[in-house]
Amino acid sequence: MAGVSMLRQLNISGLTERLARRECSARESLQACFDQIAQVDGTLKAFLSYDVANAEAQADEADRLLASGVTHREKPLLGVPIALKDVLCHRGQPCGCASKILQGFVSPYDATVVTRLKEAGAVVFGRLNMDEFAMGSSTENSSAWTTVNPWDPTRIPGGSSGGCAASVAANECFGSLGSDTGGSIRQPAALCGIVGLKPTYGLVSRFGLVAFASSLDQIGPFTKSVGDSATLLQAIAGHDPRDSTSVPQPVPDYRKALGGDLRGLRIGLVREFNVGGVDPEVDTAVRAAVRQLESLGAETVEVSLPHSDYAAATYYIIAPAEASANLARFDGIRYGLRVEGRDPAELNSRTRGAGFGPEVKRRIILGTYVLSSGYYDAFYLRAQKVRTLIRNDFLKAFESVDAIVSPTTPTPAFRIGEKTEDPLQMYLSDIFTISCNLAGNCGISIPCGFTGARSDVPRLPIGLQILGKPFGEETLFRIAHAYEQSTGWHREHAPMA
Amino acid sequence: MSDFNIQYVAKLARIDLAPEEERRLGAQLGNILGYVAKLKEVDVTGVEPTAHPFPLVNVTRPDEPAESLSHEEAMRNAPSKAGGLFMVPKIVE
Repeated sequence: MAGVSMLRQLNISGLTERLARRECSARESLQACFDQIAQVDGTLKAFLSYDVANAEAQADEADRLLASGVTHREKPLLGVPIALKDVLCHRGQPCGCASKILQGFVSPYDATVVTRLKEAGAVVFGRLNMDEFAMGSSTENSSAWTTVNPWDPTRIPGGSSGGCAASVAANECFGSLGSDTGGSIRQPAALCGIVGLKPTYGLVSRFGLVAFASSLDQIGPFTKSVGDSATLLQAIAGHDPRDSTSVPQPVPDYRKALGGDLRGLRIGLVREFNVGGVDPEVDTAVRAAVRQLESLGAETVEVSLPHSDYAAATYYIIAPAEASANLARFDGIRYGLRVEGRDPAELNSRTRGAGFGPEVKRRIILGTYVLSSGYYDAFYLRAQKVRTLIRNDFLKAFESVDAIVSPTTPTPAFRIGEKTEDPLQMYLSDIFTISCNLAGNCGISIPCGFTGARSDVPRLPIGLQILGKPFGEETLFRIAHAYEQSTGWHREHAPMA
Repeated sequence: MSDFNIQYVAKLARIDLAPEEERRLGAQLGNILGYVAKLKEVDVTGVEPTAHPFPLVNVTRPDEPAESLSHEEAMRNAPSKAGGLFMVPKIVE
């Protein structure tokens, strides 16, 4: 293997092997990230900020532990630099949700996932760009700036966790944690050509995650490989008394799910997803992936999710309704921006008018409306009932299959500015990912090919989505890993990497 | 959605909007409400609502004192404070 200058290209398992053999130090691994950030982030703009001294102190501590004989068996992420979406609290560090209303906010405590990463020995650093309050699909709703796609800087990296995906794809960090409310991990992972996992609702504690839509939000990892995804999930999963929705059940050994073929597995293809609007190159790549899964031993069968066509409408009632309640806390009094007024109500309204960006205002107002007197039954209650039907569709489908595959997104990364004028079109780019959050299932996106067969389209990554049963992450990893190892798309590097 | 009054709902949501924002957001929200109205097609007779995918009920923990944030830490992000209290404009004359 090449010298320290190539460290950044390693994945987590490659890095920990070298750290364990003392071929590199945690400090050098972190420096490799900083060097790459210095090299490319002026263009990529994935990081909002990072605290060099804090990260170096963590890396030095990891090096002390390594020198004292602590192994990666005890601390699986010892010395591994992992970056965070700007929605996760990291004590003493800014947490702004890429919003003006939280400018200057400093987290007074660690999110449970941050505590667990640190317990596993990770070097936790950086604040990654996102759509404001995780509302969006492109990072264009960030109050700071738009992150670009490392495969083509004229295109969006996806969102809302665009910074998470772009930074990992560009080798600025070895993995990152983001959040997924309607596809915000899987969609940017697909568009940047890496692995993104949305765990089952309740598997990972949301304590210290700034809430967007509490019944849909889940934290999950962005990684360069499926094995790394299992390693990061292992570190962060499990019951937390501080999140009353975290499920009290034991966490399996996810890495044991890796390896082997797919004989005996039944994989569903959704009849209703066979609609128009899917880019032909995406369609071709996903069909080839399905044949590959079959050649690995899986049996594929058609399944039906009859209420799929209502998922987007259901989501865009429930998520804004929950957001309007959650974001009521930004009142100009307890933290964040404050614009003075004659009375508290005027202070609230002025602060929120000045502090929230257009998409956040749009969703809060939409959510307020669907919850307001006279409209609650017609919109919100009805959406919750349709949610039951969508969830039942999945439960029924999972009676006959172990997993469901589809494209992660209908198209590859679109151009910056292409959809900003039409929020509804932006919303409909999430059609394959949102029903998973409504049902509470798990889902993963893995690279399955590239566009560019036609000369008018650049070479852009395509994602394969695999959806699993509730707490079916082991099956997802088994399928994703077998596919990954038999294809090698994950070894392709973005031009900026 | 002819009865969607952006001024009224923005007031409920406590968000000041400039007139240009009102016009723009109002039109966009009209489109979105038109789209979500398709849920009216679905027969939901006898269907229970889902508020959470895996509802856990009566989640409690033992009432044991544990380490918590100090008063100072809890208030460190307050934009206006005095004497350990959040400051607000006068509420009662």
